[in-house]
Amino acid sequence: MGRYIVQRVLAAFPVLLIVTLISFCIMQLVPGDPAVVMAGPQATAKEVEQVRVQLGLDKPFLTQLGTWLYGLLQGDLGRSILLGRGVSQAIGERLPITLTLALLSFLLTVAIGIPAGVIAALRQNTWIDQTVMTVALIGVSLPNFWLGLMLIIFFSVVLDLLPAGGYVTLSQGFWPWFKSLLLPSLSLGLLQMGLLARITRSTMLEVLRQDYIRTARAKGLPAFKVVAKHAFKNALIPIVTIIGIIFSLLLTGSVVIETVYSLPGLGRLLATSIFSRDYPVIQGGLLLTAAMFVGINLLVDVLYAFLDPRVRYD
Amino acid sequence: MTDSTAAAAPVAAANPLRRRQSTFGRLMRHRLFVSGLVLLGLMVLMAIFADLLATHNPVQVRARFRFRPPSFDNFFGTDNFGRDIYTRVVYGARLSISIGFAVVLLTAIAGTAIGLISGYVRRLDNFLMRIMDALMAFPTIILALALSAALGPSAFNIVVALSVVYTPRVARVVRASVLVVREADYVHAAQAVGASNLRIMIEHILPNSMAPLVVQLSFVFAYAVIAEAVLSFLGVGPPPPTPSWGSIIAEGKDYIREAAWITLFPGIAIAMTVLGLNLLGDGLRDVLDPRMNVDNR
Repeated sequence: MGRYIVQRVLAAFPVLLIVTLISFCIMQLVPGDPAVVMAGPQATAKEVEQVRVQLGLDKPFLTQLGTWLYGLLQGDLGRSILLGRGVSQAIGERLPITLTLALLSFLLTVAIGIPAGVIAALRQNTWIDQTVMTVALIGVSLPNFWLGLMLIIFFSVVLDLLPAGGYVTLSQGFWPWFKSLLLPSLSLGLLQMGLLARITRSTMLEVLRQDYIRTARAKGLPAFKVVAKHAFKNALIPIVTIIGIIFSLLLTGSVVIETVYSLPGLGRLLATSIFSRDYPVIQGGLLLTAAMFVGINLLVDVLYAFLDPRVRYD
Repeated sequence: MTDSTAAAAPVAAANPLRRRQSTFGRLMRHRLFVSGLVLLGLMVLMAIFADLLATHNPVQVRARFRFRPPSFDNFFGTDNFGRDIYTRVVYGARLSISIGFAVVLLTAIAGTAIGLISGYVRRLDNFLMRIMDALMAFPTIILALALSAALGPSAFNIVVALSVVYTPRVARVVRASVLVVREADYVHAAQAVGASNLRIMIEHILPNSMAPLVVQLSFVFAYAVIAEAVLSFLGVGPPPPTPSWGSIIAEGKDYIREAAWITLFPGIAIAMTVLGLNLLGDGLRDVLDPRMNVDNR
């Protein structure tokens, strides 16, 4: 097990390195002069020059890269001229909101997606199965930002039950906080719920056909025990592997959902930075989200090996 | 995610002509596939015949007709500039479908090339796949946003950005099936009679890796349609007044209290297109590639 973990960690390094390079090089893709783009259309030549020096663009490419990497090792992602502060600080402030939203969405996804898939598999080809699968298919087909807006129309405008946007901190009370995150996490989670329900159903169906399930039934185990202990536990293995994908989808979705609901999280920060061409923030955000994804996948790989010992000896 | 070879596809066998006919027959008997085909077909027809279907000028501002609710004159109502939403949605189909199609085409070419080389030329495999892994580590929309922000807002740049984002998925699927096919007897036979690597790749390996590729491409199409809408919604799509489903929703967002129809209809159009593509993809997977799982996305 120890060797396997070391192997996975070592394999993650080149990926992280390339991720870092790609994040850095995004600014090199800007046609023309990034300093001119960032300084804005009304900027004088002197202001452009100032921006250029502040971004370090007056130095050769390798020096820029070296400076950035050196800062990175100390947790410094550079400075945002537009925000007038360090990128790491700006991201650090916004990240907890995004993580809270992602976590809540994740809990909803698991709490609804997995049982729905299990029930659909157990009642295969009945109306229950068909209903669950239809809803899941529609769920993976709806654009989440549009769903978010529809939920606002229904729950905020028509029913006036939940706020249409804005973030309430936990210190202002649990319910207001929860209410401010409920619609965002629902609209963010529906896609993943559908995905998870579909995967759970298909893996459950596969497992339920196995010989050991027939044996468990034949020896007279109660149906619940067969499903919960024998079938579900084995179906969990493939389900666990998509957790990394789900997490990535949640981060991706947060950009647009935070914009729809005016939540001051990392996604919103990235969306506004992209709009204002704030390249240091874009670079930092790209790197951080990708690094989180690599980290989560590493965890999933280890968890996977823990659940399924066969993996370790491949 | 973990081991891509594990997701490898079964190798198609026997007489190719006969198989093609029966595959077509089986697809036509697959109810979900047919409904997907019909849905997507409707949207494609809408995109092609947009000029005939439109009832108004999609970009003409008519202040007198602002915020008209749906009626016989304006099927889907009008927006804050008095533009006809129905017409804009119809033209939006043209943009979305052509962007989706262009992304499919580019990812198919780039992904197949990378996947073939990676699966067949083992020396390059590790290098190419690490780059693909790195690209896949970025949350798709965030990378696409950053790329199109760097390149500048235009339909062409969206196509480039989305192709970069989705190529690794195609490359991995192709590579996985190449790894299986390259060990097949007919490939060994071709090597034995001295066929060149390029010829083996194109004539023998590629046709037999088609099934998972086609399935994956139908999902790439679906993602591309949603991603284009998201990018346009966030304001890095083709600049206004170009009618794009995402940007119509973005404009309607500020008026959802008084004019919900602006947001409602383009969203339904996106959902119908994506649902059609998902049904199509599910059907193709069931028929062409039964062992491929839903998690292969």
